[in-house]
Amino acid sequence: MKKKKTEGRYEIRLSGSGGQGLVLAGVMLAEAVGVYEGKNVTQTQSYGPEARGGTSRSDLVISDSEIYYPKPSSLDLLLSLTQDACNRYYPHLKDDGILIVDSDIVRQIPPVSNVYAFPFTHTAKEKIGTTLVANVMSAASIVIISGICKTDSFLKAVLSRAPRGTESKNETACKIGFEMSRKALKKAKG
Amino acid sequence: MTDVSVPKLIQGNQACSYGAIAAGCRFFAGYPITPSTEIAETMALELPKYGGKFIQMEDEIASISAIIGASIAGSKAMTATSGPGFSLMQENLGYAYMAEVPCVVINVMRGGPSTGLPTKVSQADVMQANWGAHGDYYPIVLSPSSVSECFDITVRAFNLSERYRCPVIILSDEVIGHMREMVSLPDFSSVEMIERQRPNVPPEWYKHFLITHDFTSPMASFGEGYRFHLTGLTHDEFGLPTSDNIEIAKKLGKLKLKIERHLSDISQVNTYKIEDAHIVILAYGSVARAARQAVLLSRKKRFKAGLFQPITLWPFPDRQLRQISRKADLIVVAELNQGQIINEVRRVCKSHSKVVGLNRYDGELITPEQILEKIKEEHR
Repeated sequence: MKKKKTEGRYEIRLSGSGGQGLVLAGVMLAEAVGVYEGKNVTQTQSYGPEARGGTSRSDLVISDSEIYYPKPSSLDLLLSLTQDACNRYYPHLKDDGILIVDSDIVRQIPPVSNVYAFPFTHTAKEKIGTTLVANVMSAASIVIISGICKTDSFLKAVLSRAPRGTESKNETACKIGFEMSRKALKKAKG
Repeated sequence: MTDVSVPKLIQGNQACSYGAIAAGCRFFAGYPITPSTEIAETMALELPKYGGKFIQMEDEIASISAIIGASIAGSKAMTATSGPGFSLMQENLGYAYMAEVPCVVINVMRGGPSTGLPTKVSQADVMQANWGAHGDYYPIVLSPSSVSECFDITVRAFNLSERYRCPVIILSDEVIGHMREMVSLPDFSSVEMIERQRPNVPPEWYKHFLITHDFTSPMASFGEGYRFHLTGLTHDEFGLPTSDNIEIAKKLGKLKLKIERHLSDISQVNTYKIEDAHIVILAYGSVARAARQAVLLSRKKRFKAGLFQPITLWPFPDRQLRQISRKADLIVVAELNQGQIINEVRRVCKSHSKVVGLNRYDGELITPEQILEKIKEEHR
């Protein structure tokens, strides 16, 4: 993991609105890290009682040692797929924390030093024909930008969790997510 | 069948279901409610593979009635719910205490009162778990703080329930129930399983509520040829209603003594760095996770802190707490309510330790930093 270690913890939050599939995306990331790479991980969530809408978040704590407190306290990485979630959670980022947003939805980018903006939802609709896979695409982006696990581990986790019949769409979403993030990372490093 | 050979990323709720199956549970009746629903979902999926029965009832009253019936017929049975459903179950829970019917009830706590906060964490049902039904009875209540503990504690709940012929309540909470962690489940056939005592007398001599030397009674199942009467009315050893004052006192005394005489078996606590601690953080369930981290944070700041975590919440572990509190100047009781277990702590240690509460009741988990702040504030 390329990061400054705080007690060996790496903390990630996926945030947006209920129905965007962020809890599932968080579970896929957790599985990639835990099941396929043997690291300690906890995944917790917070959402409202409604099935759609309301702020929703999925939190991951990844560590080489045993994890006691299972919730993040200061984020190494925040993904926000709505402006509301972004506004609410960016103050929890560490000074050198990374913010990833959906560039079509989060128009007002907060003053954070490490920001990546990608048109996840738009790309999913245009290239795969459904916005449903924007969650997987954005989680794929987290994999590249944070380096928490190998792309292969994430792909395995996605395919084992994706509903039957949606495997190829999810795989494509993954690959697009990896690709767009690699490009952005290269550009950022000049 | 569940493949236990590889570590899995599963939720606390799922681990409860696997624990139940490993302990021999073969009947589940329930009504879905957040944040407990995954227990029912997992049981619906897994129980039939083990020859068990899953049934979704019309509500929580029917659910607990069904598991009581199943248990009387000889099956190990469980239901799972959250606050509103747990309230509905109280009347028949009382029946199960009185009729001495083994069963396991999981309450995955969320915010209340009433419908409250379906998706948010709370530990506000601690007193209800002890006093929810009316009358003079002594419940066993257990509280897990990790996904693997969810498995172990559910197994233990069944074993205690069968051993002492009473309902056992598991108080989980939203964080523990929904949290996913990596666990390696044990091979189910290697799990220690306690079966209820069976009668070893001919049917005509059988007393369903026989008072034995250790106050537990062997139990026949309906349909096996042993005749017995069951009622919520106070009854004699045959189960027949009685208003004889000696019989009444015997029955109620038995309900207390069968628990009290076995405290060393029932009562379980976990501790962490407690040996040299002058400051004790007392926490259970999800808060115990924050407390463990807080012990480390505090020790970095040169506070000699340790964790005391009751696994058995009721009967409250008086003896263990008294023992460790003699060395403690300060006891911080951290809980997700406005102060429930703290009253027990005060009762046990107020003469020799300063007892302060750290309470959060806004639907979020207490943080390690909040516990450290409290220690700084209170410790002199």
